[in-house]
Amino acid sequence: MEIPYTISTRPDTGLWNAKIGIWLFLASEVMLFGGLFSAYVFLRLDAQPGEWPHGLLNVPVGTMNTAILIMSSVTVVLAWAALKMRRYNAYWWYMLATILCGVIFLFVKLYYEWPQKFSHYGVFIKPDAREKYEQYLGNHRREEKGLEPRIEITGHLENHEALTDPNVKEYEIAMDPVNADPNNPTNDRPHFLYVPPTDKVAKIEKEDVERISSFGPWHSAYFASYFTITGLHGAHVLGGVLVFLYMWLPVSKKVYQRNPEHLANRVEVSGLFWHFVDLVWIFVFPLFYLL
Amino acid sequence: MNNPPEIAQDPAEHEEYAHGVHQHVSRYLLVGGLLLLFTLLTVALSYVDFGGFFSWLFHTHISPGSGRKLNITVAILVATFKAGLVALIFMHLAAEKRLIYRVLIFTGFFVLGLFWLTYLAWYDPVTR
Repeated sequence: MEIPYTISTRPDTGLWNAKIGIWLFLASEVMLFGGLFSAYVFLRLDAQPGEWPHGLLNVPVGTMNTAILIMSSVTVVLAWAALKMRRYNAYWWYMLATILCGVIFLFVKLYYEWPQKFSHYGVFIKPDAREKYEQYLGNHRREEKGLEPRIEITGHLENHEALTDPNVKEYEIAMDPVNADPNNPTNDRPHFLYVPPTDKVAKIEKEDVERISSFGPWHSAYFASYFTITGLHGAHVLGGVLVFLYMWLPVSKKVYQRNPEHLANRVEVSGLFWHFVDLVWIFVFPLFYLL
Repeated sequence: MNNPPEIAQDPAEHEEYAHGVHQHVSRYLLVGGLLLLFTLLTVALSYVDFGGFFSWLFHTHISPGSGRKLNITVAILVATFKAGLVALIFMHLAAEKRLIYRVLIFTGFFVLGLFWLTYLAWYDPVTR
């Protein structure tokens, strides 16, 4: 049996079926991401001074990924327009470009941005011990200037055995510049370029430590929402790439040869999904990387 | 106005139609360029201190506490503008069928309701 209204419009809705289908799906997606974004708002507004970290993500890499996603949105709409103009070759190339953009985006996230976070540590200092580590926190000056206090010392953990061995009494942290030189005004604001940890090592006694954690979802409400939202977004990118791959492979050429409008419509609805994924990222990028 | 018209079967007509799509292509490229430009703009603006004007909009503490609350408003305005371009031009919402608008009006209503629930979290009738 032929599936009805894949190309022609259904008289009562005025649309071909897949179009209304994808929009209903996107409506549910708006609710899904809306829930997560409102959780972000809730967590952020309730964070105590110093609890919401800033400048922990790599801004140039995030900007590059944003640009890649925007360019893939352009190429997918051009792929669709090429089908409408019956230029299969152009379609094939545009689709390939879209797939590559999606793959690069995922690759950067999974093999560069996320692993870097998991090997970076933050040591939260107990409130009554912060005075002791003033040389790394610089809170006297921050209070004078009306800035939020620093509550953790971040960098590379030099002695990993301290995490498991109770006989090791202190953590050794090769500090990020923000703690190595806490009173330098250039460290008051997040840096644009990624600055690696220095070789200046702080020894922090375990009894002064509230908790130690890598920059995973368990680090803070900030990283919990970052990994949840970018993880779900990444799953969407992966889903889009798989669908595009199917439409790019020779199987789909048969659909084109049977009826080019059918493939064009398929590309249009999957393109709508892809643009939505792009649209979500447009909000994710400033909320997590810049603000 | 934004959607290319339905496909024509007659070759001569299709030629004219393809020309119409061609005009759309240049618009898509233009919008893509604008989106890239606004991405750079939002990155640049995040390094400008807009201070705490309109901070009364936020009735609770927002990190960073030293002001810059307007930066949040600015960044969200730029993002909303970019999202609007994607929705209107790439997703063809500038000219869609009425049924889709109806679906989206419902969605907008419910998602605003969802954010309103978050706002309610600070409703405190005892101490206020």
